[in-house]
Amino acid sequence: MKKLIYVFLINIFITNYSSALIEVDITRGNLDPLPIAVSPLHVDIKSEKYKDVNVKELGEKISEIIEKNFKNTGLFNPLKKDAFVQKPDIAHLKPRFEDWRLIKAQALVTGKLLISGDKLKVEFRLWDLAAAQEMTALAFTTTPSNWRRVAHIISDKIYERLTGEEGYFDTRIIYVAESGPKNQRIKKLAIMDQDGSNTKYLTLGNELVLTPRFNPTNQMVTYMSYFRNMPRVYLLDIETGTQEVVGNFPGMTFAPRFSPDGKKIIMSFAKDGNSDIFTMDLETRLVERITEHSSIDTSPSFSPDGKFIAFNSDRSGLQQIYVMRSDGSNVKRITFGKGIYGTPVWSPRGDLIAFTKMHKGKFYIGVMRIDGSGERLLTENYYQEAPSWSPNGRVLVFYRETKSGSKGEGFSAKLWSIDITGYNERRLLTKTDASDPSWSSLLSK
Amino acid sequence: MTLKSNLKNILLVIFTTLLLSACSTAKKTGDIDGDVYTGKETVEYLAAGVPDRVFFATNKSSLTTASRATLRKQATFLRKNKNLNVVIEGHADERGTREYNLALGERRANAARDYLMTYGISGKRLSVISYGKEKPVNPESSPIAWSQNRRSVTVKVN
Repeated sequence: MKKLIYVFLINIFITNYSSALIEVDITRGNLDPLPIAVSPLHVDIKSEKYKDVNVKELGEKISEIIEKNFKNTGLFNPLKKDAFVQKPDIAHLKPRFEDWRLIKAQALVTGKLLISGDKLKVEFRLWDLAAAQEMTALAFTTTPSNWRRVAHIISDKIYERLTGEEGYFDTRIIYVAESGPKNQRIKKLAIMDQDGSNTKYLTLGNELVLTPRFNPTNQMVTYMSYFRNMPRVYLLDIETGTQEVVGNFPGMTFAPRFSPDGKKIIMSFAKDGNSDIFTMDLETRLVERITEHSSIDTSPSFSPDGKFIAFNSDRSGLQQIYVMRSDGSNVKRITFGKGIYGTPVWSPRGDLIAFTKMHKGKFYIGVMRIDGSGERLLTENYYQEAPSWSPNGRVLVFYRETKSGSKGEGFSAKLWSIDITGYNERRLLTKTDASDPSWSSLLSK
Repeated sequence: MTLKSNLKNILLVIFTTLLLSACSTAKKTGDIDGDVYTGKETVEYLAAGVPDRVFFATNKSSLTTASRATLRKQATFLRKNKNLNVVIEGHADERGTREYNLALGERRANAARDYLMTYGISGKRLSVISYGKEKPVNPESSPIAWSQNRRSVTVKVN
């Protein structure tokens, strides 16, 4: 991954943090999204050509990506550009606030860019129109081919300024791309930007692959593969493409995830029909047994501080969610509601666990507090599972399958996302059918 | 042809259709006992009279009386064919989470393997692989299809 060269130039402009400034509350469903005007970034006429980048339209394109990001949050209402009242370069210097207020905008984003010497220089400003002042501003330099990421980074900075929380736009999603008939599915690892662009396939589809998950730095992925008909957990370096089996287990390993420090992989190992949870240290290769029980223990997920592990087990008869210390001690069942619970995933904020629940022939994605209290079911469907958190802990992505007819017709698998408020459920567009999504952390942190 | 005989023919057709559809419904319900598939559709044979698969109840890996009878036939067949090795594939239906189903398929395949071993088949000849919900034999979303997919299948390796 080409690292962004980050040059913080700004904050030389006066940034006023007085409470009068606009704020967006993201802790509840927002029925009144904030009207925001995203002016196209002004393209400096001194800009030079760069490879296949369309320099002339770059400012327009970046603003469109920002608008799409904002719209998808459900928290913002990007206004139509035909109502815009000022040229991008002039607005960027100092907007005529009263004119922008006329079109009912409350916030305005302006910016400009210059390509010169194979570098893309971008700056943007966020304006509070009611208070008639600048809220934040930033400038940075990167390679021109990174222009989509520029749009996502700007989106993140604005989201952060307006909501008080980290954004999740400069991120990627790794998932399993599916094709072919339901009983002969071809599955490949695929990776895309959070907004569905830049899809790349990481495996060819020769063998079945399942459940990819990022490490904390997003360079490595752990997943399960049936390579040579040996179902095992693998480790893949996305940049170099090298991969290796994790450990030397004499049987199936599955359900892998990284520890929050990225040093270990936690997974299930099945021996003589019984699945227990193990960790392997990637550096020392030391394997540690975490659970020892005659029931199925699987789908382990660390708490963000690494001190606890949530997992599901059928030791009480049917699948329920349990939490234990990371050494395997102090196992406590936390789900007691009606139904079966699986796939616990600890929120990156540490306060919630997302899960899949099955009850009376329906599947739910929900969240609960880490002691199992405060269960909230966010969405109900025929089949859906495997939630994964946005890095700020506000959105979940999961996959959903449809019912199929006698020949498997009508079957599909798609990615969806929903805010933990239960609002803003929407499909993530993928080039093929898709399942097992895993959200990266912020790339430019 | 007279109108009368025409009507007769039509009635006959309707009657036969009704009879046939009644049969097929009866067959379908008769193919599941509790939650376990008991029919023959999808079943293949290792040799004449030796079914290759056994079926399971939802979320369960215990063997039914019928499953044990099938596995005893497999054991007899394997004793007669001493050079034959098999892999036992464990499968689950689509109504569970993927990771749990992988474990469940493993448990089912091992239930079949353990039973074959109690009938004197060496564990070295019996390998196991779980496919979870990844390889349904019947792609329909229906209780009968799910019951056919909750299975362990004994497959010849050599």
